[in-house]
Amino acid sequence: MTQVLQQLTGIRPQSSGWLHSLNEAGAAVVRNAVWPTRKTEQWKYTSLRALEQMDYLGARGQIPDDLTGMAKLCSVDNLDTYKIVFVNGSYCAALSSVESLEANVDLVTFADADTQQIVRIRESLGSVVESDQHLFAAVNNQLLDDGVFLRVGKNVQLKKPVQVVWLTSGSEIPFHIPQRFLMVLEANASASAVEHFISDGESQACFTHGVTEIRLADGARCNHYRLHLEAPGALHVGGVYAALDANSRFDSFHLALGGALKRIDVVVNHNGPGADCVLNGVYLPRENQQVDYHTCIEHRVPHCTTQETFRGIVADSAKAVFNGRIHIHPDAQKTLARLSNKNLLLSDKAEVDTKPELEIYADDVQCAHGATVAKLDANALHYFRTRGVSQREAEVMLSFGFINELIDKLAQPALVHYLRPVLTQWFARDPSLVRHLLDAQEQV
Amino acid sequence: MLSIRNLHASVDDKAILNGLSLEVRPGEVHAIMGPNGSGKSTTGHVLSGRPGYEATAGSVEFLGRDLLEMDTEERAREGLFLAFQYPVEIPGVSNMEFLKAALDAQREHRGESPLDAVSFMKKARDICKAVNLDQSFLKRGVNEGFSGGEKKRNEIMQMMLLEPKLAILDETDSGLDIDALQVVAQGVNALRNPERAFIVITHYQRLLDYIVPDYVHVLAGGRIIKSGDKSLALELEEKGYGWLEDEAV
Repeated sequence: MTQVLQQLTGIRPQSSGWLHSLNEAGAAVVRNAVWPTRKTEQWKYTSLRALEQMDYLGARGQIPDDLTGMAKLCSVDNLDTYKIVFVNGSYCAALSSVESLEANVDLVTFADADTQQIVRIRESLGSVVESDQHLFAAVNNQLLDDGVFLRVGKNVQLKKPVQVVWLTSGSEIPFHIPQRFLMVLEANASASAVEHFISDGESQACFTHGVTEIRLADGARCNHYRLHLEAPGALHVGGVYAALDANSRFDSFHLALGGALKRIDVVVNHNGPGADCVLNGVYLPRENQQVDYHTCIEHRVPHCTTQETFRGIVADSAKAVFNGRIHIHPDAQKTLARLSNKNLLLSDKAEVDTKPELEIYADDVQCAHGATVAKLDANALHYFRTRGVSQREAEVMLSFGFINELIDKLAQPALVHYLRPVLTQWFARDPSLVRHLLDAQEQV
Repeated sequence: MLSIRNLHASVDDKAILNGLSLEVRPGEVHAIMGPNGSGKSTTGHVLSGRPGYEATAGSVEFLGRDLLEMDTEERAREGLFLAFQYPVEIPGVSNMEFLKAALDAQREHRGESPLDAVSFMKKARDICKAVNLDQSFLKRGVNEGFSGGEKKRNEIMQMMLLEPKLAILDETDSGLDIDALQVVAQGVNALRNPERAFIVITHYQRLLDYIVPDYVHVLAGGRIIKSGDKSLALELEEKGYGWLEDEAV
């Protein structure tokens, strides 16, 4: 059971440079950690068995010699981005393009950071995530040797979105990927960032442990997208940790296709009054896959808002876990927080474990939460059929409509365009059943 | 075109239709009126094949085929259309996607190729205009956030696009203001021709000022207790249903 931890204890710090102390700190947490089991509250419904079955930690991935086809995988039509690509966990300059960056903006890998940038990274790295509370963040600290740093200076509006791609390709030898992204927006700065996880082919033997930290200073605005489109065999345990200062706005969208192990934690800290968070997510496990989202919103100060909506479609004998916690501290008066989680089960064997948790210690707040688990609406299906649409096509269109409400709202139309075919094909194995969903897009 | 003979139907094991018979020929407009609970809407639902509405006896023949043996979508593809009293909201699926899926399914059934995107859009915009809905309704979710009147006009828009052989309008007039009522009536009248028939289910005589029926039937207790021409509707408006129900006993 604890063989992963034992193995970690034997791994020396990866970095001899300035990341060394972070590696040591991570190792110290891991040394004293207890391996989560199904009796661990935070891991009650998600099994780590897939991770225990292979020796992922023994090796790092290599960038393949042949990059044919990978550039296409990393691009989103009509979305011009500053792009940083990691292949199997290593920075790939050939696929990356960061040109004509605005003044007073840093966008570099940790390995390429200059002295001043290193100072800035060290100021913020590890300042948002509580790695003693999140074992896999500590693992990431221990094994980290590179990452991506984005800093947008005071009052700067970044014109193009930043796209960080983590591409994995098939390998004979299992390997692990330390994924790290640090984003710092200074006062009144604004930026969009897309974290894009994708695989080259079905056959995968990798494990990503990821940490993304986002710091928004007063009045900063961030549109953030985290797209988990990896193949089912690419394991992922990761988290997004955000700290919001006064009057900042964090709009974060999450998407996960299912896999053998996919667990994402999203933690948002309202640290300054007037901060605003919109957190939306979609998960789509099928076959015997699983997806687990654990979200936690900490309202520490007054006058902050949270709107959180997660929707999932669970097919076949797949399983989804959603745990959404909103914690309102005693000082967080005038908080407005809403959490909704709706699930659609497409089969009798599909399972969802949903748990919205509101913990309120202030008395003048407006909060609501709700969770539903249902099948497709029989009236809506009938309505389609009375117009001549077949039962099967109606099911696909209705299912898609269920998540499309969140997809359609994305601030980047190019991402809507990009995701639509990916998503429709994900749960409609017969392409003829999605033609009307794709047709209509061409007319937009 | 449609022959309903001695139809009995129940919902949740409760008998609603008790020997309904009705003969509809091409080109005719039949109005079905009747008090609440008489089985008007149930008639529409049974004919559309709604789950839970079970025909327990009798027969329905549509264009020479046994309607009750056909799946809901097949009935639609053969030319049966039901305008819902309470149209369903389908957030996340745009009206345009919905209309295209419906039209393509019906064209495919008739051995026709799907309309290309440009022709479809032109057609969709034209009928949208005909029912006095803004073009933006094509991009919105099906009936999502539509007012009562907008939903009814959306039903008429679907009917105009699909050009059914037999259209059943289930209380399409209820909740409509006078302008919307005229839009609905114009939609129906524009489609009236010698090959197409309509069954108009309504509570009120008012709609029949605009859609002039060939026959008026009074449904009570799950069967037709009186039939006549359009003057029957005026008589009902004046006297109510009580005298007929007494007469029928």
